[in-house]
Amino acid sequence: MDFTFSPEHIALRRMIREFCEEELRPRAKEVDRTGQQDPEVLRKMGELGMFGVPFSQEYGGMGAGETGYCILMEELDRVCPSTTTIVGAHIGIGTMSLYLDGSPELKRKYLPALCSGKKIAAFALTEANAGSDAAGVQLRATLEGDSYFLDGQKMWITNGPIADVIMTLAVTDPSLGARGGATVFAVEKEWPGFQPGKPEKKMGLHGSPTSLLNFDEVRVPKENVVGQVGLGFVTFMKTLDIGRVSLGAATVGGAQAALDAALRWVKVRSQFGRLIAHMQSIQFMLADMAAEIEALRSLVYRTAWLVDNGKPFIKEAGMCKLLGSEIASRCIDRALQIHGALGFSRDFPLERGWRDARIGEIFEGTNEIQRIVIASELLQEVGVRIRP
Amino acid sequence: MDFSLTEEQQMFRDMFRDFAEKEIAPVAEHADKTEQPPVELLKKAAAQGFLGATIPEQYGGAGMDYLTYTLLAEEIAKHCLSTAITITIHTMLASMSILDAGSEEQKQKYLPRLAGGELASFALTEPDAGSDPGSLQTRARREDGTFYLDGVKTWVSNGGLAGVHVVFASTEPGQRHHGISAFIVEHDSPFVMVGHREPTLGLRAMDIRTVYFEDGRVPAENLLGPLNGGWPIVLRAFNRVRLGLAAAALGAAEGALALGVNFAAERKQFGAPIAQKQAIQNYVADCAVEIEALRHLVHYTAWLADGGQDYGRYASMAKYLGARIAKDTANKMLQVHGGYGFSDEYAISRVYRDVRALRLLGGTDEIQRYAVARGIFDEKGLKIQP
Repeated sequence: MDFTFSPEHIALRRMIREFCEEELRPRAKEVDRTGQQDPEVLRKMGELGMFGVPFSQEYGGMGAGETGYCILMEELDRVCPSTTTIVGAHIGIGTMSLYLDGSPELKRKYLPALCSGKKIAAFALTEANAGSDAAGVQLRATLEGDSYFLDGQKMWITNGPIADVIMTLAVTDPSLGARGGATVFAVEKEWPGFQPGKPEKKMGLHGSPTSLLNFDEVRVPKENVVGQVGLGFVTFMKTLDIGRVSLGAATVGGAQAALDAALRWVKVRSQFGRLIAHMQSIQFMLADMAAEIEALRSLVYRTAWLVDNGKPFIKEAGMCKLLGSEIASRCIDRALQIHGALGFSRDFPLERGWRDARIGEIFEGTNEIQRIVIASELLQEVGVRIRP
Repeated sequence: MDFSLTEEQQMFRDMFRDFAEKEIAPVAEHADKTEQPPVELLKKAAAQGFLGATIPEQYGGAGMDYLTYTLLAEEIAKHCLSTAITITIHTMLASMSILDAGSEEQKQKYLPRLAGGELASFALTEPDAGSDPGSLQTRARREDGTFYLDGVKTWVSNGGLAGVHVVFASTEPGQRHHGISAFIVEHDSPFVMVGHREPTLGLRAMDIRTVYFEDGRVPAENLLGPLNGGWPIVLRAFNRVRLGLAAAALGAAEGALALGVNFAAERKQFGAPIAQKQAIQNYVADCAVEIEALRHLVHYTAWLADGGQDYGRYASMAKYLGARIAKDTANKMLQVHGGYGFSDEYAISRVYRDVRALRLLGGTDEIQRYAVARGIFDEKGLKIQP
């Protein structure tokens, strides 16, 4: 086994890290406070190719594969989870669904702009009555002549307020429901009848705009069907599966950042006449953090390798997201505790990371859903089919 | 063993519950979002006698026992942990220190004010004295029978609202705990400067401040307890506040559980309320079990305190356990809410942020574990160092 990254991936990581330290880190606090990332920063990221890292160069991407994408997400989350979330929704699920199942024509139409960041993507699945039960979607797409008319509402859509192209799951045949009756459409924000709501007020990830999306008889040409009519649910589930790997990668970054912050603090803080680095309770917390992060890092990059080498990865991807989100929450919480009361103050960055991390166990399939996915794969392997 | 509350305790509990539901529940979210301490609410609580709590009636207090106080903290914390802790610090740390160590003159002068609603603070922590208060640097220099107080106190709960500060300073530098003295300082003294209000992750309806004492004159009659005898006052205050915080943790956990149970009963996915899912049932059951265990530890600790028995170890245990259970319950019940748990529109994320403080204030988890272990090894004749 060769556990080394390729020279290209090492160079990619170095480039992204420099960018994050120079451009993202100084702005992270302000992004949280204002709820907005600087458009100039997003533009620079686009120019560096960050919005197209995993996608093939044929379509304007960087061609760095799932491993390259994981590196991007890990480096971004070390510094600014809000920005990571914008990028993750854009690349990992928005653009990815088009990339996986879109026709060559549709891909040529949108991918170059999406890969350069000139256009931002979103992934519109969730509705008021369809959260974990994604099959409960009701947004309707009615065919009339050469167009579909989309009507209904999506909720909790990351990048909703800023997305240019929204991959939207709608019901094309209510009698079949999600399985066989749903289709993915690439919807452009300028089309009449499409209206994003105001950004939701959330506990964390303030710089990642989230909103509901209103579709009021939005006319979508049938060329904008992504993949096959009726197989949209399959496309979206496939997309979510692969998206989980990079979420795991992001949590490696977030957890590592917490450990790094804790290590900086224990070297300078004294109580009871000595540095708290000399206290066993603190030492054991640091050791536990490091061990968990190391295990997670290995799991994530091995899963990225499975993806890049065309091997099955659904179970492992679920594990990346499940373990990653829980490990990140634990590590960030330990780092906050190590900082004592300062960890509770908004004058220090620990509490922001703590607030940001909590959604990790919920979005893109709650950890309960991840457990169902993993159990389902395991039981299928021994011949038992389960329902959620 | 009789596990029942007395009739008087039940009556108090019903009064607390009624007040909390009618007066506290409607303002808790707003207080958090605006980060404004609910001053009107605190006045109403004072009018009910809640701020006098365990202060004897002869000094204007409500004469509650400790068990009754835990019921108060619990009922309030179900709806607003900020308010529960504001009152707990005012009573268990500050006012009760004056009852505990004050002269008759000091008790007569200050306790009726504090019982009547004028808030008090307990100024101990400093930038370099957190878990180790023995290293505090605030100095009280003695000159011709008067003290001159100089230093900075941080993380002073109620710091900007208090009329009276109980301040701990060194009267014998280099002697650590053995050189600490306590003082009663009027907020409107010219040398008291209230500084930066701490912007916090949770407990945003509390007023937590940095307070400066700029070489100010404190008359000798404001020395609280004996000269260099401040540390035992601190230790007794820690015991009381840990009991109070444990009760607040219990209330916060119960509030979080109620939010999660209500949500799970209403939210339908996969054709039925999510309460039908075993994972959800397991979360609810685990939280309910832990809350029940915590309740009895809190009440037992209060019973020890009411009986005049040593209860410090139990107070540390209850506070440590309570902080963890409040965290776990809020966390699991936030998870039950799914995406809504991350939204500011639902109360659970406020509870989740608020309870994070419980593992830090009143002595961190690490300090509680140390206190419990030290007590146990002390019984075997072995002295544990921090």
